[in-house]
Amino acid sequence: MSADDELIREFLLESWEGLNQLDRDFVELERDPSDRNRLGAIFRCIHTIKGTAGFLALHHLEAVAHAGESLLSRLRNGDFLLDGEMTSALLAMVDAIRAMLERLETTGHEGTEAYKSLVEHLAALTAGQRGMAAPATPRVSPAPELSAAAQPTASVATTAPEHDVAPATASAPTTLAPAGLSAEPHDDADAPALDDTADESAASHEPQPTLAPAQSPVAAAPAPTPEPLAPASTTRTSQEPATMTTPATATASAATAPTPEPSDASPTKGPAVSVSDSAIRVDVGLLDRVMNLVGELVLARNQILQYGATVKDAGFANASQRLNLLTTELQEGVMKTRMQPIGNVWNKFPRVVRDLSHACSKKVDLSLDGTETELDRTIIEAIKDPLTHAVRNAVDHGLERPEARLAAGKSENGRLTLRAFHEGGQVNIEISDDGAGIDAAKVRARAVERGVISADRASRMSDREAVHLIFQPGFSTAEKVTNVSGRGVGMDVVKTNIEKIGGTVDIHTQLGQGTTLKLKIPLTLAIIPALIVSSGGNRFAIPQVSLLELVRLEGETAARSLESLHGSTVYRLRGNLLPLVFLDRALELKPVPRGHDVVNIVVLQADDRQFGLVVDGINDTEEIVVKPLGKELKGISAFAGATIMGDGRVALILDVLGIAQRSNVVSAGRERSIVEKSTTSQGSSEHREALLLFRLGHEGRMALPLSMVARLEEIPRAAVEHAAGREVVQYRGAILPLLDVRRALGVAGGSGGDSPLQVIVYSEHGRSFGFVVDQILDTVEETLTTKQRSNREGVLGSAVVQGKVTDILDVHGIIRRTDPSFFTQDAA
Amino acid sequence: MPPTTRQLCTFSLGDLIFGVEVTHVQEVIRYQEMTSVPLAPRIIRGLINLRGQIVTAIDMRARLQLQPREGELPMNVVLRTADGVVSLLVDEIGDVVQTDESTFERVPETTDALLKELVSGVYKIEHRLLLLLDVDRVMTNSQLSAKGEAA
Repeated sequence: MSADDELIREFLLESWEGLNQLDRDFVELERDPSDRNRLGAIFRCIHTIKGTAGFLALHHLEAVAHAGESLLSRLRNGDFLLDGEMTSALLAMVDAIRAMLERLETTGHEGTEAYKSLVEHLAALTAGQRGMAAPATPRVSPAPELSAAAQPTASVATTAPEHDVAPATASAPTTLAPAGLSAEPHDDADAPALDDTADESAASHEPQPTLAPAQSPVAAAPAPTPEPLAPASTTRTSQEPATMTTPATATASAATAPTPEPSDASPTKGPAVSVSDSAIRVDVGLLDRVMNLVGELVLARNQILQYGATVKDAGFANASQRLNLLTTELQEGVMKTRMQPIGNVWNKFPRVVRDLSHACSKKVDLSLDGTETELDRTIIEAIKDPLTHAVRNAVDHGLERPEARLAAGKSENGRLTLRAFHEGGQVNIEISDDGAGIDAAKVRARAVERGVISADRASRMSDREAVHLIFQPGFSTAEKVTNVSGRGVGMDVVKTNIEKIGGTVDIHTQLGQGTTLKLKIPLTLAIIPALIVSSGGNRFAIPQVSLLELVRLEGETAARSLESLHGSTVYRLRGNLLPLVFLDRALELKPVPRGHDVVNIVVLQADDRQFGLVVDGINDTEEIVVKPLGKELKGISAFAGATIMGDGRVALILDVLGIAQRSNVVSAGRERSIVEKSTTSQGSSEHREALLLFRLGHEGRMALPLSMVARLEEIPRAAVEHAAGREVVQYRGAILPLLDVRRALGVAGGSGGDSPLQVIVYSEHGRSFGFVVDQILDTVEETLTTKQRSNREGVLGSAVVQGKVTDILDVHGIIRRTDPSFFTQDAA
Repeated sequence: MPPTTRQLCTFSLGDLIFGVEVTHVQEVIRYQEMTSVPLAPRIIRGLINLRGQIVTAIDMRARLQLQPREGELPMNVVLRTADGVVSLLVDEIGDVVQTDESTFERVPETTDALLKELVSGVYKIEHRLLLLLDVDRVMTNSQLSAKGEAA
């Protein structure tokens, strides 16, 4: 890798981190436009990007960042107050920067798109023109001169007035950042003289720079971003900066609070130096390898300890004791390096909630609690999507519109709270809203209507059970089909995904009061507590999550209490019949002759059923390291993976659902979901993709990635209008161009009469496109291994989905063909 | 056309000699204790702990439907295949040989189907035939999907 590539990589890393924080900052700022700390933080982030972009000769990127910075600069000077239009323009700028960075990452070039209209819009706003309004407070109009001034960036570096503060850093981009800053003469011109003194005091008093690196290096935010967070967090008590650990925040905010204008602290001075001194970025793959090696060391240690027990040698005993202690400490240390605060995921929610609440015309106050709660990075990855889904669901369906809220005697603004905390070796995440709650009666009625359960069973269900029906596949409570979750692909996806990583989902709701979704998630995927049992001379591990209780029957009782029911054996557990599965028979092991005097029953939970697993012996509980099975064994549903025991031998991990299914404990009706779960449970490294299936014409079955679906809509045919020779509808206050997929692909089929149009809405960068299809069929999760490329236009390729060959829609291609400007004007 | 010369790691099964390209071989180790996998196909002998990596051991005798070997323990030839790391249980390990491509021939049509499936060609070496094993085909086989008797 050349030095340039290295620089660009560093720049990308740093900028991504900064941008992720920006979304959140903007939303907060919109709420409280006078929050100068936050404004300062945003300004610094954009400023750094601009400076570095200039240095790297990324002129479009620089120009866009510059336009945004100019506006921010005036906001920071208090020339005007941030309003909705400005926020939207600035968010569009963030999106544009993102798009350019993405291009830079994939192609190595920033692209040719100059985002002219965005830059002009920002410039107009900077000049004080709001919409078509007359210019206000024409103090300076920096926009035009600035773009000229921004050109000679790097070359002026040495003339920087404050260059003596920065150069201590070794890392390229951090030193670059000040170069960009100092090359920007207007910065100093714009900032009042007072600010400079404030800078000095802020920089010298702030413990922040040294504290920020305390977070894990992977999660480390770039120098400029974390710094202003600390003071900001004091304004919202319940909320802590995402990328930081608690103690750091506390001290930092305490220390910075007295500084008169910390928001104006110079962006790059202090923190740039110390971040590079005390934190480094580490490749995640390397961390994973180190983690594996430590696992090996632990096993070797175990073997040495076992051997040491047989040898009488004081010297050896001492040495192995010491090895034991060191290994344990090393293991803990390495585990910690993989932990990330959950705030890394939550960062994007303020933006998600803002956009969604605007779209639904709702008012939502989002508060985030316990952002510093740490989880293994693999878990963080795995819960990202389910959490987003749950949050969207809460805003879309949970919270009422302002009118309805006022009518119900609630405050106009809905409250959405995300809370995370550690409890009993697990992480709890709660998503609560104070919305309308879930009406159990309605759920029952809908479930019956959709054929999820029979009317008879519905009437016998408790309200609590009924509410849990929303987790059933194909269920929806939404009165009107509004979006993806309204189509019944919402909560079951959340549940499946959380259970996939060994977590649990629970829901509490009170009609009129709100709903709380409670997720329990293991701290790490890599190590789980398990019960070790033996059967037929083999050892097996059973994940503790599914374990309910252990029953041991001895002597007379054993023979008497097992009852035979036409070939199957049951046991009366506190009056209820518990179906029994004999592990040796289920796994077709050679039965070990067993006395009739002792029966060990492991009571397990599979889906919503309980069953007893009869084993020969129950050994112990142990923390085990889950390892995936080879591909050739993945098909055996009885096993979820394998682990290595203390003696160095391999033991298989039982898949409780798989065993239940093999033994017909769980009825056939649930088969599909169980198969899905058991094949994807632990250790599966294959990438699975969620797909939305739809029908075209009479026969055609197609799919597109669910991640590309913004919403699903039913639009009455009468609402379709024509504009610029294209079919459009008015949709959420904007014009949504429609594209008939059938026509685009030349598929024949009926017109569908006057039934409403089925529309899949695709959105990118605030622009949307509606695909008209004949019928929405289902959502599935599939491993797209058999993907075959296609030459047909509009078709990306084909894959086997649910056992049928299905074409995958080429969303981008088809849009590009219909509207070539869609992707180039995306920020307009 | 195969490259002009290859280095093959050789091993024997009964009276057959096989060769695997050395680039596919991760290591060769003596017999390891293993954990049998219930419900697995019969040719899967068990799971080995290879320094923390769990590796599936394929019984090559079972794979070729040879009689089980009495007495001595098999050796492990650990291979990197397209589907991950697997270990082949073989009788004995031979030398690493440099092949002469002029002695290479396709497998004769009359060869036993089970063997033909696994072998991509034959080297005629002194007095013997060296069978070139197609590593990726070891794992893609009808026998793997068919469930054998419990181990």
